Amino acid sequence: MAKKKKPTLNFATDWSYAPAPESTDHVTIENRYDLFIGGKFVPPSKGNYFNTINPATEKRLSSVAEAEKTDVNRAVKAARTAYDKYWSKLTATERGKYIFRIARVLQERAREFAVIESLDGGKPIRESRDIDVPLAAAHFFYYAGWADKLEYAFPGRTAEPVGVAGQVIPWNFPLLMAAWKIAPALAAGNTVVLKPAETTPLTALKLAELLRDIDLPPGVVNIVTGAGNTGAALVNHPGIDKIAFTGSTAVGKIIQKAVAGTDKKYTLELGGKAANIVFEDAAIDQAVEGIVNGIFFNQGHVCCAGSRLFVQESIHDELIDRLKDRMETLIVGDPLDKNTDIGAINSKMQLKRINAYLKIGTAEGAELYQSACAVPEKGYWCRPTLFLNASQSHRIVQEEIFGPVLAVQTFRTVDEAISKANNTPFGLSAGVWSDKGAKVFKVSNQMRAGVVWANTFNKFDPSSPFGGYKESGVGREGGVHGLLPYVRLT
Amino acid sequence: MISFSMPASRTHPLAEVPTSPSVDQTGVEERVARFKTRSIKENAKMGALELILSMIDLTTLEGMDTPAKVRQLCAKAMHLHDELPGLPQVAAICVYPTLVGTARNALTGSGIKVASVATGFPSGQMPLKLRLAETRSAVSEGADEVDMVISRGRFLRGEYTYTYDEIAAVKQACGDAHLKVILETGELQTLDNVRRASDIALYAGGDFIKTSTGKVQPSATMEVTLVMLQALRDFYRRTGQIRGMKPAGGISTAKLAISYLVMLRETLGQDWLTPRLFRFGASRLANDVLLQIAKQRTGVYQSADYFSEA
Repeated sequence: MAKKKKPTLNFATDWSYAPAPESTDHVTIENRYDLFIGGKFVPPSKGNYFNTINPATEKRLSSVAEAEKTDVNRAVKAARTAYDKYWSKLTATERGKYIFRIARVLQERAREFAVIESLDGGKPIRESRDIDVPLAAAHFFYYAGWADKLEYAFPGRTAEPVGVAGQVIPWNFPLLMAAWKIAPALAAGNTVVLKPAETTPLTALKLAELLRDIDLPPGVVNIVTGAGNTGAALVNHPGIDKIAFTGSTAVGKIIQKAVAGTDKKYTLELGGKAANIVFEDAAIDQAVEGIVNGIFFNQGHVCCAGSRLFVQESIHDELIDRLKDRMETLIVGDPLDKNTDIGAINSKMQLKRINAYLKIGTAEGAELYQSACAVPEKGYWCRPTLFLNASQSHRIVQEEIFGPVLAVQTFRTVDEAISKANNTPFGLSAGVWSDKGAKVFKVSNQMRAGVVWANTFNKFDPSSPFGGYKESGVGREGGVHGLLPYVRLT
Repeated sequence: MISFSMPASRTHPLAEVPTSPSVDQTGVEERVARFKTRSIKENAKMGALELILSMIDLTTLEGMDTPAKVRQLCAKAMHLHDELPGLPQVAAICVYPTLVGTARNALTGSGIKVASVATGFPSGQMPLKLRLAETRSAVSEGADEVDMVISRGRFLRGEYTYTYDEIAAVKQACGDAHLKVILETGELQTLDNVRRASDIALYAGGDFIKTSTGKVQPSATMEVTLVMLQALRDFYRRTGQIRGMKPAGGISTAKLAISYLVMLRETLGQDWLTPRLFRFGASRLANDVLLQIAKQRTGVYQSADYFSEA
């Protein structure tokens, strides 16, 4: 019998969407940004600046000061002075008011922040507008509420602030990570020195402007820009009482060594290689959507991305067909276009890293599949990518790629799924898809991961703690748990 | 010949229908929300508006409908807004069986199809032989398309073989006329039921699946339409046969209709972007689309009084 042609859907349609770019008229980006220390923008001691570019166009957006050791020292001193002079003297209610004010003004200026986030980091405006900025404001609102209720967070105990917090944040969610770090620190009564990532410093500097505009007492939050050296100077500074770091596992290990033998408190939010497990009884179309959100959200630059897909064998072909169809409808391109689903890869370096993994995966024998969409000529882009027939022994399954690349494996039994999902040095998040409640609970409870999503993925809320097992980190952020690293309990 | 008293058995054709996948309501709602965030502008908007016009089943289904009212509707169908030349015409007009002849005459030579509701519309609470007789009558009066209703009571009792059989029987009674199967999703309670009913309707021979009568709230929603489009996709993937979709009731603005088109495009793709396979059952939608087209062409919104009622 002649083999019948498999019916396929055609997503190259006659009717498609016209460009719908978000306007940038309302946004001001200075030509140069200094360091935000003691409530003022001050030039860096050596006078060095580095460029921050738009990864979608490779054009320069601004120049940003490079903080030297002496600058970091100044910032820590400013934070200490602010702590001693104002912040620790303020009533908790007043402290809360300031944080509420940050949240409100951030909401008011949401559009500006969203556009700059997309310009500087390459993420689609849909995400910066609907997720990053509102969620950042939500974190400030949430922790503002805790400021004068710490005795209820830790019943029967007294919560004292730790002092000065040194915070180093990554480039994937620049403003949101700043909010995750600053909000609980301030709520618990600490002052802050924050170092944004070198490829995405602009929204943190905009936040500095905002903090200045709302009259936050000088030095309560200081923002020092720079690369690895600046971060190291901050982490190693003896005047820091608490370190909060989000970034790679490699750097996390260096920090852990650096703080060994000191009495610095620390939390580390590191890499991940989350398993997303789809059982045969799952609502398959919604699972496909969850897989897409899991791995293609923010170009896959997400520490908790669902980068390892496990599909029960009986539905593998059907699910992959649907996933491929869905991938065909993902629009890759101008981050400022409201219809863009996948924006630009954050930096040239990161694109190089992703492309290296595409070669590695192919060489390892996994089957590469990419959607057919066109990508712009200028800028850094990666089409949504699947590696089919991957296996636990492949590097693309073991290592964090941090890009829109999904490694797909199958399983037959529940136990096999659990075992494979946990067979990784990471443990930040996991996803479980099944229509059977009992199965969902059974499997979720056996995931060695800090966050387990059931029948959804990449959902965040300020009241929900977040953090890792194993090499994915130490400590929790968010929720009541997120206050703990910023207090000393007596 | 299909016997209607036949109990479910292994030999029943329903046994060949694949098990319907489960549907997660929250996931469907999230997906729909994302369709709604698509920003459709300029040429894309104009293209969408014209496509929507061409997909409309202009509808009047009132107890007080008269031949004169239907003739007005037909005139509207043929002269949507003559001030704007080059507009497509609507796909069909949709009326009760007693008014099919009137519509047929009024539309002669226009190429616009006549659709008739039948089978005890809207409740379906009528003996099957009468429902079949009504179908045959509508077709003999000149209906090109028949919009049937399923017996929701029987479906909700789990009598899926009955549902299958009644659809197959109406299909047979339709002869050459196209059959649209109204599931009345507003009475089916769950998206799982919507999916199951869609699968049954497709395998039983429905040419189109349709959400609603417009007499029950909620009528069409994007959520149920998405689930039905997914049923069409899976049916196509399994059988190679392409069937159509008609959301009906509650879609009265161009903006919402554009969101439906976005959903259609991203769920089924190019092959379905045609009035042959996708229709809007609507009475008020056309004028809002015309208003938007006039706005696109002239740059200003005009008063509703400049657009004729039907």
